[in-house]
Amino acid sequence: MLEINNLHASVDGKQILKGIDLKVSSGEVHAIMGPNGSGKSTLSTVIAGHEDFEIDKGEILFEDEDLIDFNTEERAHKGIFLSFQYPVEIPGVTVTNFIKTSINQMRKANGLDEMPANVMLKKIREKSDLLKIDSKFLSRSLNEGFSGGEKKRNEIFQMAMLEPKLAILDETDSGLDIDALKIVANGVNMLRNDDTAVVLITHYQRLLDYIVPDFVHVLSDGKIVKSGNKNLAIELEAKGYDWVK
Amino acid sequence: MAYTEEELKKELETKEYEYGFYTDIESETFPKGLNEETVIAISKRKNEPDWMLEWRINAFNAWKKMEEPDWANINYKRPDYQDISYYSAPKKKEKYKSLDEVDPELIETFNKLGISIDEQKKLSGVAVDIVMDSVSVATTFRDTLEKKGIIFCSISDAIKEHPELVKKYLGTVIPPKDNFFAALNSAVFSDGSFCYIPKGVKCPMELSTYFRINQAGTGQFERTLVIADKGSYVSYLEGCTAPSRDENQLHAACVELIALDDAEIKYSTVQNWYPGDKHGNGGVFNFVTKRGICHKNSKISWTQVETGSAITWKYPSCILKGNNSIGEFYSIAVTNNFQQADTGTKMIHIGKNTKSTIISKGISAGKSQNSYRGLVRVNPGAKNARNFSQCDSLLMGNSCGAHTFPYIEAKNNSAQIEHEATTSKIGEDQIFYCNQRGIDTEKAIALIVNGFSKEVLNKLPMEFAVEAQKLLEISLEGSVG
Repeated sequence: MLEINNLHASVDGKQILKGIDLKVSSGEVHAIMGPNGSGKSTLSTVIAGHEDFEIDKGEILFEDEDLIDFNTEERAHKGIFLSFQYPVEIPGVTVTNFIKTSINQMRKANGLDEMPANVMLKKIREKSDLLKIDSKFLSRSLNEGFSGGEKKRNEIFQMAMLEPKLAILDETDSGLDIDALKIVANGVNMLRNDDTAVVLITHYQRLLDYIVPDFVHVLSDGKIVKSGNKNLAIELEAKGYDWVK
Repeated sequence: MAYTEEELKKELETKEYEYGFYTDIESETFPKGLNEETVIAISKRKNEPDWMLEWRINAFNAWKKMEEPDWANINYKRPDYQDISYYSAPKKKEKYKSLDEVDPELIETFNKLGISIDEQKKLSGVAVDIVMDSVSVATTFRDTLEKKGIIFCSISDAIKEHPELVKKYLGTVIPPKDNFFAALNSAVFSDGSFCYIPKGVKCPMELSTYFRINQAGTGQFERTLVIADKGSYVSYLEGCTAPSRDENQLHAACVELIALDDAEIKYSTVQNWYPGDKHGNGGVFNFVTKRGICHKNSKISWTQVETGSAITWKYPSCILKGNNSIGEFYSIAVTNNFQQADTGTKMIHIGKNTKSTIISKGISAGKSQNSYRGLVRVNPGAKNARNFSQCDSLLMGNSCGAHTFPYIEAKNNSAQIEHEATTSKIGEDQIFYCNQRGIDTEKAIALIVNGFSKEVLNKLPMEFAVEAQKLLEISLEGSVG
C-alpha cells in the first residue's frame, strides 16, 4: 500500500530525512519509534504532503502512485489520514460540523453525493459511543479549550468516521492517561482489517501494549537503523535508544 | 497544497464579483446635477404633496451649508455631487399588480441574484419590496399584510396614502440636518420602503426589501421608515447588490426605526454592493445613516453582514430613550482588495435600566482596511445602564489592517460597561489541518470565517443566514490557482 524508497527531505534547507525505506502492506500495523529529533514527525508530515518540506530525493508511492504529484487534500481523498500530534483549534466550528464538512468533501472528491443527514447522525452516534465521547463534546468548537486527551480522542473519532486506508498516528499516546489510552487503542484496533494499514509514531512502548504492531522500526538521525517485530520495542524500552545508535 | 500568505493573497485577489451584470431595461434618468430645481423635479415626478416638497427644500438648503465629514478612517476621492443623476426609474410607469406583469428581464435579474421571488413567495413567505435604481418595483404579499393592518409599501406610496404617519415620524430619529449624507438623502430620496405594524400585532412574515443600483452614473438614495406600534413585533430584511462598473457609484440611504412601548424590531441587512475590482477601481460608496429609537420596554436589534462597497461608512445606532429598553448590534464586516470599511454603532442610554449589546466581527484581506467605531454613551439619568461590547478581528495576509475605535462616555456611576477585543489570523497550520481532512483551501477559509462569524450569523433569520454564509464565501474566495 505504502512504499517509501530512499526518501530524503528537508525544511528551510536543513536535511531531516536522510534516506528512508519503508514498505507497509494492507492489514499491517507498523510502529516507528525513535528519540526526539530523529525525524518521526517530519516523516508523517511529508507523507501527508506539507509544502514546507522539500523532497530532495526518493519517492513515496501510495497504491503504486507517486504522491509527489498530489497535494495534501488529494492525498486525503485517496485515503491517507494523519492524526496530528498537535491538533489545531478552529473557533466557532463544532466537532460535528467539521467532520460533516470533511466527510462530504471527501465524498465529493470521489464522485459521491453528500452523505444523507440521518446516515451521518447515525454514524456519528455509533463512533462516538465506541470512543466513549459525550454528545455535548460534539457541539463544542473544534479543539478549543480541549484537554490533551480530548484532542487526541477527537483525532481518533475523525479517523473512525473517515475510515481511511492508511492511518498515520503521530504521538497519539502523548497526553493520554491510561483509561483514555485504552479507549483510543480500542478505536484503532476496530479499524484494523485486511484492507487498512496503520503507522504508529511513538516515543514510548506503552501504546504498543494495546495496539500490537506487526513491525517495529527505529528511526535515528533521519534513517531507519533497525527493524524487527514487537519484541524490538520491548528491548528498546529496556535498553534505551543509545543501544541502536 | 500547503498554504503561504503569498498564495492566500493571490487567491483572494482573483475572486470576481458574482453579481456583476447589467440588466438592459429602458429607464428614464434625470440629467446629472443637483440644485433646487432637481429637488423640485423629483418631488413633482412623484406627485408629492407640498409639505413633502417643503421638507426636501429645507433639507437641501441645510445640505448646501454642510461639509462632507472627514473623521472616518477611510480615503477616497470625494464624489462630484454635480456629476451624478439623482433620479432613475424603469420606464414603465404603471405599478405592477402581479409578478406576471413585471418585465421578464427584471425577473431574470432577480433570478441571477438568487432571489427568485416566486420561490421566496412559496417557500419562505417573505414579503418583498424591490427598489431598483430609484423606484420600488413590486411589493408582494401586500394583501395578506393588509388584513392584519400592517402597512408595507414604498415610501412614495406612504407619503400619498398615509401622510399622517409619515408626517408624524419621518425625520424624528434622523433629523434632515443630522449629517451631510442624511441631509442629502432627505433632499433627494427617490424611493424606499415604509412599514407600520399596528398595536399588538406580530408581523407573521419577514418583510424584505431588495435594493439594486443598475443605471450608470446614478446615485441611490433610499429612505426607509419602520414604525412598530405598542406591543408589536417585526423582522425586517434588507439586501443590496449593484452591477460592476468602473466609476464609483454613490449610495446614501437613511433608515429610521421607531419602536414604541413594548415593541420589538429586528432589522437585518446583507450588503453586497459592488466592491470595486482588485486594483481598487470602481465600487459603491456607501454612506448610510441608520438609527432607531426605543421607547419603554422596547427592543431594537441591528444585524448586518457587510461584504460589499468600496467604502462603507455606516453606524446603525439605538437611542435607548425608554426605561428598560434594549439595543443590540451584531455585525460582520468583510473587506478585501482595496475595500475600506468604517462601521460600528452608537448606543445612547437615556432611560433607566437600559441594556445594550455589541458584537462586531471584522474580517480583513488583501490591502483592505477595516475599522470598528463605536460609541457607548450613558446619560446622567440612565441609572443601572449596562453595556457589553465585543470586537473581534480576523486578518488574512500582511497587507490589510484592522482598527478598533471604541468611545465610552459614562455620566452615571451606576453604569456597567464591558469591552472585549481580540485580533487573530488564519494560520497556515489551520489550513494544513483542514487540507489533511480532505477540505480544500477555499472551503477551509469559508469554514474558519464562518466559525469566526458564528455568533452574528446565528442572529440572522434562517433563509438569510444561508445567503450570508454564501456571500462570505464569495467575498473571500477565488479559484485556487
